[in-house]
Order: sequence, then C-alpha cells, then structure tokens
Amino acid sequence: MSEIRLEGVVAGYGFGDVLRGIDLVAASGQITCLIGPNGAGKSTVLRAISGLLRPRLGSILLDGHEISGLSPRRLLDLGVVHVPQERSLFPLMTVWENLLMGGFVQRDRRQVQRRAEELAERFPLIDERRHERAGSLSGGEQKTVEIARALMLEPKVMLIDEPSIGLAPKARGEVFKTLASLSDGGWTILLVEQNARSGLAVAHQGAVLDGGVVKLAGLAGGLLANDEVGRLYLGVDSKVGAS
Amino acid sequence: MTALLEVEEASKRFGGVVAVDACSLSVQAGTITGLIGPNGSGKTTVFNLVTGYLPADGGTIRFDGHVVRRPDPTRLARRGLIRTFQQARVFSNLTVVENLVLATPQSWWQAGRPRGERALAGELLADFNLAAHADTVAAELSFGQRKLLEFAATLMSRPQLVLLDEPAAGVNPVLVETIERHIRRLYAEGLTFLVVEHDMPFVMRLCDPVIVLDRGRKIAEGPARQVQQDPNVLDAYLGA
Repeated sequence: MSEIRLEGVVAGYGFGDVLRGIDLVAASGQITCLIGPNGAGKSTVLRAISGLLRPRLGSILLDGHEISGLSPRRLLDLGVVHVPQERSLFPLMTVWENLLMGGFVQRDRRQVQRRAEELAERFPLIDERRHERAGSLSGGEQKTVEIARALMLEPKVMLIDEPSIGLAPKARGEVFKTLASLSDGGWTILLVEQNARSGLAVAHQGAVLDGGVVKLAGLAGGLLANDEVGRLYLGVDSKVGAS
Repeated sequence: MTALLEVEEASKRFGGVVAVDACSLSVQAGTITGLIGPNGSGKTTVFNLVTGYLPADGGTIRFDGHVVRRPDPTRLARRGLIRTFQQARVFSNLTVVENLVLATPQSWWQAGRPRGERALAGELLADFNLAAHADTVAAELSFGQRKLLEFAATLMSRPQLVLLDEPAAGVNPVLVETIERHIRRLYAEGLTFLVVEHDMPFVMRLCDPVIVLDRGRKIAEGPARQVQQDPNVLDAYLGA
C-alpha cells in the first residue's frame, strides 16, 4: 500500500509555471481522478510524479519518502509507472511481445514470463490475442494491453493519462471496464480523464485542478453531485446520456 | 439541396489493408454532417483523401461542383475547404495570437488588419480560455489547448466546408459546449461541416445527417436518432 502526497509542487516548461503550488494526496489503494479544464496542469502533475519533469519547488512523497527529482528509471524501481496519453504499443510486435517489454528492466527473465502469464489470466484479451500484432487490435483493446503492460513490474502506483481519448464508444466502454477492474487491486492510481463523469464514476476520490492549483478535492461521488463542479467542469449538457 | 462534397467509390489501401473500400458519401451544403465508426474504420483516411493529404487509389472526389483531379491541401484551402487534425497541427514556435493571425485569409503583406478580425481573435481567445496565453508560444500549450487553438484558427479563416477530426477528444466538457456553440453560429451563417467524433451526445445534439463507416464502407446514413437504433451500428460501433 502506497500513498502519493504532493506538497506545494511548482513545475513548468520554459519560462512559465504550469503547476503553481499543488497540494494533493492519492490515497493508498484507491483510484483518484483528476479533472479540470485544458491547460490546468493535469498531465503535468503526472509527469512531475513519474520523474519526466523535475519540480521547481515543493515535495512529492511516496509513503513519506521524498521522490521529487528522481529519474524515471529510479521511480520505476520504486514502483511508479506511467501510462501516457498517446498510444504507446509497438504496433508491429505481437501482443505478447509488447507485454514482455513491460518487464524490460527486470533482469530475471523467468520472473518476467511468470508475471506475463499471470496478467494473461487477469486479462483474457491478452491470452486470446497473444500472437496477433498489437497494431491490429482496436483502440480500446490496445489501451487495455498498455495498462496490463504497466502492471508487469508489479507497481505500487499507476499514473494513467486520458486512457479513453479518441476511442469509439464501444472501445471506451472496454477501457472503463478495465479501469473499474483495477479498483480493488490495491494499486494507488492517479487517473486523468477528460470524460470527467465516467472517470469520477470509476474513482474513489476526485480532485479538480484549475490554473495549476487544486481547487477542490473529495470523494468522487461528492464531486459528481456538486452543482458548481458540474457547471464549471463537467458540462451541463453532457449530463444527458454521457458515457 | 446540393452536394458540396461528393466522394464516389473512393478507395485506399495500405499494403494488405483496405482502409477505404469503394466508399461513396456526400455532404450537402448547409448541413452539419457527422461521420462516425469504430477506430480503424477509415474516417481519417477519408479526410486525408478529400483534403489531398493522401492520394486515392481510385474513385472520384467532387468539391463545390468541380471534380478534384489532383487534390492539393493548399489549393483546396484557398477554395474554402479547411480541416483540423486529431493531433492538432499548429505552428509550435509561433505565439497563440500569431497562429490566429496567420489563419486569416488575407496575405501577410497586407498591413493593418480590419478591426473585425482583431475583435474576433480576441473573442475566440477569451472563449477558449486562451486569452492569458495570447503571447505564449504554441509549443508550451497542453494537448487540449492546442486543439482549441487549431479550432479557433479554423474559425479565423473564411471557409465554405470545414472538416473537423475529433474536435471534442481531450477537450474539457465545458469547452466542448463552447466548440458546439461556435459550430452552430457558423452553421447559421451558412457554413457546412463534416465532423468525425466519438462523443455521441455531442454528435446526437449537433449532426444531421450522420454517416456510419465500418471497414472502409458506409454502412448507414440518416438522422442521428435513426442511425443510433440501427442494429448494424449498435453492433459495430455503439456496443450493447
């Protein structure tokens, strides 16, 4: 069980700061969904935690230990994995080969094989399609394989950036099903999702980012029911039939 | 009504994969036509064939009454056919406001832009929460902000037909409503849209008719409500 805690994190690219003092907790073993307008800093929070961006100020704590400024490689060893927004499978490699790539930094190859078999059991899709080229899978199936690949290193913390982007409704449904299936696995998950209603629906906790600070945090159900959050961030019209 | 854009038996293959398979569809002038279908059904390839980003293997494309023999993005844009991309294409090293200025149809050497253009740019920046970033280089924008900028730039040009490739993907729901408002405004002014989008509530509210592609072919076309209940569409695209 692992908790991620951000205290006063300031970070950015070039001259400006995108994060202007983020205070945020991703509770141990729970899914926390970050929502907010474009440019609020949601993806930047994930990059700061996974070491892709070094914070200028503030602390990032993993179970009370300072991890800010560590390299992505070191953070992988500590159990922090990042599933980026864009599609990241190797399209010409098979599903199985892609899965094994998730264990690339692991020296014990037998352990990698064992772990892959475990995941194939957890995600039937991988077992059924293991010899097919990853590029031939639908968008939703590819995302599921990406999430499985991130689980190869038995992470403690998963950072998942907009998994449903660009997916057809059916495929999007598959991805949210996969996310929901992770909710009781004991992983600490920080999820960024622009389909805010669906994202909050699979999460335990939620946080609203705006202008590089956390405006509001609380139980996901509470944010969903909050009228002001609805008006400012979730969209009023999209309430009807949003999936 | 007359068809502003007509695609007849267009085909495109990539190696062994037939991305667009003798596909015919048309966009009537003065409509917001939706184009939906599963990932990999050929929607973006159709866009690429129509706008000249890819040469077709066969078929005919007609825009504004004329057969487009060798589609060329620049020439088509001058004739009023503008598009956006899933991964927004903006000029990364230019500022947000420079990107908008460049999108106006006047040539760059024309000094002093009409007041209306400047007012429109200011209004668009405010609408899409980009006003504070007017002088930020586009490279520093987030994925979603770049999409909003590209959309705003499209509005600065004076197109006849706008092809939007997933305008709502990765955009905050409240800003999606802003995009929708602008599409409706331009539609009321007589512009025609062809919109690829997976956000079904958005498509259902906005588009009529809706065309459905699967495996490179049209499998359904009609009013949104009707298409939504088509068993083939449910099976291929919407899921149970």
